Amino acid sequence: MLTPREFLVRGLLAGLIAGVAAFVVGYVVGGPSVGASIAIEEAGGGHSHGDEAEAPAEAEDEGTVVPRDLQSTLGLATGTLVMGTALGGLAGIMTGVAFGRFGRRSARSTALAVAGTAFTVFYVVPYLIYPPNPPAVGLTETIGYRTGLYVAMLAISIVAAVLGLYLARMLRGRLGAWYAGLVGVGGYAVIIIIALLVLPRYNEVPDDFPATVLFAFRQASVITQAVLWGVIGVVLGELTHRLMVRGAAATPVPATVG
Amino acid sequence: MSAAAIPNEPAITVELPTLSLRELWPWILFSILIALLAVYFVGAEQGATSVFSGTAVHEWVHDARHLLGFPCH
Ligand SMILES: [Zn+2]
Repeated sequence: MLTPREFLVRGLLAGLIAGVAAFVVGYVVGGPSVGASIAIEEAGGGHSHGDEAEAPAEAEDEGTVVPRDLQSTLGLATGTLVMGTALGGLAGIMTGVAFGRFGRRSARSTALAVAGTAFTVFYVVPYLIYPPNPPAVGLTETIGYRTGLYVAMLAISIVAAVLGLYLARMLRGRLGAWYAGLVGVGGYAVIIIIALLVLPRYNEVPDDFPATVLFAFRQASVITQAVLWGVIGVVLGELTHRLMVRGAAATPVPATVG
Repeated sequence: MSAAAIPNEPAITVELPTLSLRELWPWILFSILIALLAVYFVGAEQGATSVFSGTAVHEWVHDARHLLGFPCH
């Protein structure tokens, strides 16, 4: 018997595995640019975390309770594992929702489509207007403003995606899957483009911050998130596929799973 | 490939019932809640707002916060 719980458990497991993969890749690919930014900060360049910018020698003594070598290893792992597991669980349930609602797609392609959509909606689209910055770039005093804008863009992206998917699903019968899909994606794109034009932008990158470090960091961020969602999609697809195969063995009615 | 786990793959056929929204919605809410908690603590705690005082949580997840794309410093 197919239950939501089966999808949730598989999503959590896929997310945990994806969290491990994202940690390894994030550490290897992202570590150097994060380290370079911290070095710039401690040398007195960029914007420091506290308000002791005039006293760079004091930078390490700003009340740091977690040493850097823990932040870049166990700390990073904690973050990617928690995010991976939680978002994997969400992807699992969303695969359960999507399965059978968008045509006769296999479990594997449904899970991969859910993960790809989530990667775009949760990460790529907010990135387009508020790209992530390495340490030493952001101003401490604007963190509330920047977080508010990021959450606003994220919320707009999620609501627009839900509307787009709902529209595509509603129009399937009338327009057919292809054109209904185009309308859904088009509706999402229109809302996002308007948001990109309307929402305020900011730039806190100091003039003398090395462009190569900024680029390396943003590239590493994209790679880390792509690995996170890619692994969630593939592993979740495999696990739900096996669930279907097991269900198929117990069910006599013919249809296609593949 | 574990041939034992997936016998004769392409030929497997079945009509699995689509899960009804009636049985899905508590699970949808639960998974959204878990995701929100994770995103909040990894992405924003002890930054714009704080549930716990101090900076330990922020510092512990600091590198993940930057790399996963959330605003920080
Ligand atoms: Zn930071």
